[in-house]
This record gives sequence, structure tokens and C-alpha cells, in this order.
Amino acid sequence: MFWKSTYNEFIKIAAKPRSYIGLGAITLLVAVILFAMRMDGQSYLSFITGSFEQTLSFQGSVLNGNLMAFIVLQLLIIHIPLLVALVTGDLVSGEAASGSIRMLCTKPISRTQLLMSKFAAGSAYTFIITVWFGVMALGFGRLLFGTGDLMVLNSQGLFILQSGDVMWRFFSGLAVAYLALVTIATLSITLSCFTDNSIGPIVATMAIIVLFTIIGTLDVSVFDPIRPFLFTTHMAAWRSFFEDPLPVSAIFRSIVVLVAHILILLSIALLKFNKKDILS
Amino acid sequence: MPEKIIEVKHLSKIFGKIRAVEDVSFDVFKGDVFGFLGPNGAGKSTTIRAMLSLITPTSGEISLFGKSLNTNRSFILSKIGCIVEKPDFYHYLSAQKNLEIFARISGSDVSRIRIHEMIEFVGLKGREKDKVGSFSHGMKQRLGIAQALLHDPELIILDEPTTGLDPKGIIDIRNLILQLKNERNKTIVLSSHILSEIELIANRMVILNKGRSVAQGSVTELLNEQELVVSFQVDQSEKALQLIFQKFPGIVCTRSGSDILQITTTHELIPVINRLFLENYVNVFRIDPKRQLEEYFLKLIGN
Repeated sequence: MFWKSTYNEFIKIAAKPRSYIGLGAITLLVAVILFAMRMDGQSYLSFITGSFEQTLSFQGSVLNGNLMAFIVLQLLIIHIPLLVALVTGDLVSGEAASGSIRMLCTKPISRTQLLMSKFAAGSAYTFIITVWFGVMALGFGRLLFGTGDLMVLNSQGLFILQSGDVMWRFFSGLAVAYLALVTIATLSITLSCFTDNSIGPIVATMAIIVLFTIIGTLDVSVFDPIRPFLFTTHMAAWRSFFEDPLPVSAIFRSIVVLVAHILILLSIALLKFNKKDILS
Repeated sequence: MPEKIIEVKHLSKIFGKIRAVEDVSFDVFKGDVFGFLGPNGAGKSTTIRAMLSLITPTSGEISLFGKSLNTNRSFILSKIGCIVEKPDFYHYLSAQKNLEIFARISGSDVSRIRIHEMIEFVGLKGREKDKVGSFSHGMKQRLGIAQALLHDPELIILDEPTTGLDPKGIIDIRNLILQLKNERNKTIVLSSHILSEIELIANRMVILNKGRSVAQGSVTELLNEQELVVSFQVDQSEKALQLIFQKFPGIVCTRSGSDILQITTTHELIPVINRLFLENYVNVFRIDPKRQLEEYFLKLIGN
């Protein structure tokens, strides 16, 4: 019954026009960024690297597909949560608002299975969004700009990763980014169980992300104890794969925090959904 | 004694400070068309939702097919087809896709042939590929019935199935329900706030008001307990009036117009009165018995 219900949920997601907003937005945004880089990438690069660009030893063009993918990932990964929440925040509350949840809940499938199937379908949609994002950023970036060494600028400074050493980092980074997006999806599904309004959970998810991001970036000591436990702190964990040496323990910690969030949020959602009176 | 399909004992549901249902008990037997009658807000939908595990009762017990709903939810729901209030489908999907979605989680293997049979049964053949968003309320209601019947359930629960329908739609749905009862031998629970609808379709009923059960039993018995107002169209109304007062002193009889007598009487007295008129050369053109359903109902609900 779970798999049949998951298949149902995926059919519903696939049939909704809003599900394609995310894919369309990613395509458009990546295209705009790649076009801008194609036209004026050199001056952007000079702005970042400043005077020491000439002193670096580099294989191929600095402005290559790997760098494009890295820039695109960095620019867009904070906006993808909205695209995910747009679909997953509607999975329960949207059905409550339209009344179809009544019909689902009178079928001989347990509410736990019903909610888990929505979670599975939401996670599958998030996977498609992540893969599409990777294909667009990495595939089109490399297609248009070719390949080469990756120049990375982070808090420790600027360093170069060799061309043959970047693909596994991109794939691993996308996997962790996917985990962060599934956390967002779980948060919005959980919020979706608390209301019969389809827009509320989407707005609330974004509000929580903004709030936690502000708490995470505010340099105020009072937030220090909670900062490591906020999921937003770990949403950029994918970037750790582009450091050398690899901060394995930090990556592992991020994965644990994100998985813990998913499990806790899912438990809250199940508790709420199982006890919920369907009054719509 | 026929098999008991539904057994509700002392059901209560409280929402905050509102007692939606209070101490309601009733039984539904196999083959019944059981009516839930009551004004809006009487607790009909709340009771039906509790029977379908959409809401958790505050207290009381619900058993269906001899098993407790608390511990046998999936088994029980696999034997029920229902429409609660109105069927809300996925308007962005076709009628057929909607039925496929509900068939998959119905607990039975519902074939495509069966889906098409049901579409045909409710008169939607030719519209199955159309998106439900383009359907009228009546069509959605028919599709709702198709959805409820997909897995050939033993019990069908229909909450206000004719609400919002035009007169033709009401007759169509009523005929569908009677067809289910007569041709497919289904047990049907039907809620309505329309008295005549329950009288026409149901054989047993419970009347709810303000969350409480105020009467229950066989529809015929409940309604026949009540007096009738019978209109007699006669050619000599003055003479007929005097005959009535002579033969039945104390009876309520009024003249309406020049040739109509309205007599408050019982079902059994109608042929007696008719014979009295004929034996005294008063010609009778029409006899029109009307139950005081509305008055009975209003009396029960304290209005």
C-alpha cells in the first residue's frame, strides 16, 4: 500500500503546474548566470581574484565549466529551498484546503503510510530538482566553458583544485546539498500538517530559514550555543567538499545534524497527522 | 435478526467548548438504507466522520462489521465506500486518473475494466478523459459515487449526497442509491436535512438535533405515528363538513375554498371517511393525504 500511495503522490506532483516552476526557474537562472559569465566573466573574475590572478599557476582557462558550476551552485543553493517548499509545503495542507484529504483518509491506508508516502514523493521531487540543478550547472557549464582547474575562494584564502580532482567533489557536494533540501522538504511537510491553508507552510518555511540564517550569521555570543544545531548552519556544508584537506569531521557533523532534523521533524509530523481531526 | 453492520454506542465528540455529538447510539443492519436526519449543525457529519475515523471521538465506541474501529481501521475501511460532504477530487487530473488514484489505495485489486464499468454506471462515459476541474457539481457527485463503489464495498456511506444539486441531479442520485440497494443489495447510510429524501429512500433512520439523538427506528413507524392532513375534493362541501362533525365529533376539519375539506385524521380512517361521503351521495373527486413531516420534524427539534 505504501508504494502504491507513493506512486499516487508522485503522479499528483507530476500533474501540478507548480512542480515545473522549480525546474523552469533553475533552467532560466542558470542560463542567465552562464550567459552573463560568457559576456562579462573576466571582469567578475578580476573583481574576485584581484591582483594575484597573474601569479597563479593554472591548467587551462580560469573561466571554465568547473568554476561556472561552483559559482552557480553558490549563488543558487540558497534559493532552491523556496522551490522545494513550493511543492512540499502543499502536500498535506493543499489537500486539506481542497478537501481531497478527506477522501484519502477514508481509504484503508494508515495515516503513517500516507504521510510517509508524501515524504517519499517529496524527497523524490527534491532529488529531481537537485539532479536538474547539477546537470544545468555542471553539464551546461562544462559544455559552454570547457573544463579546467577549479579556483576556489573561501575563508582560508584562494586555492586551486586540479581538474581531475573536482568531479567527485561536485557529486558529494550535491549529495549533501540534497540532504539539506530534504530537511527543508521535511520542515515544510511538518508545517503542512498543522494547517489547512496551502500557502501558510510555504511562507512559514521560508520565514524559519530566514530567521535561522540571521541567527546563524549574527555575530552575537548569545546564539553561540544553538548555532551548531540549526539546520541552516549546515545548509552550506556542500562547500566543505571544495576544501583541501577535506574537513571530514565537519562534514560528518553536518550530515548528522541534518539527518537528526529530518527524523525529529518527521516524528512531529507523524504525531500530528495521526491525531489530526479531518474537518475540512 | 439481520447481521449488525454498524454499532455506535454513546458516541460523543467535543470540539473545544462545543459538544458536536453527545451520547448518540444506534445500530445499522445488513441491507438497511439508514437515514441520518437533522438540521444543519445537528451532528450528522461529525458522527459520519467518527465512523470513518476522520475524527477521534471524545468518548463512546464504534464497531463496524463486528469489529472495533479503533483496532481494525484498515480492515473496516476496506469494506466501506463513502462520500463525506462533497467529493473533492484532484481538479487537475482526469476523472479516470482520479479513480485510478483512489482505486490503488482501496485495499482491493481494482481493474481498469472495473473503473470503466463504474464510470458507465454513474453515467459519465465519454467524459472520463476530461479534467475534473471542468465537471459540474452533479458530475463530481456522480464521480464520487463511482469512487465509493470501485472496490465493491459492503457498506456505502453518503453524507448529504444531494446537496447543491439541481432537481434532475437529485432524482438521478436518488435513483442511483435505490439501484444500489435493490440491485446490488448494499447497506447504505445516508445523511440529509431533507425530510422527504429520507422518507423516499431510507427504511430506518435516526433524527439528530443539537448533537443528540431525538428519535430513531423504522421510517414507516416513525412517520405513521403522526397524524395526516387529508384533503378531500367534494361536490357538496357544506354537507360533507356536517357529516364529518356528526360521525366524528372532535375531529379537526376545515373548509378550504368551495370544494376542499382538510381533515386531520389517521391513515386508517381515510377509507372510512370516503365511504361515509359516498353513502351519503357526496361525490369525491380527489383524496390527497399529506403527512405533517415538517411539523413532526420541527416538533422533535424543538422549534
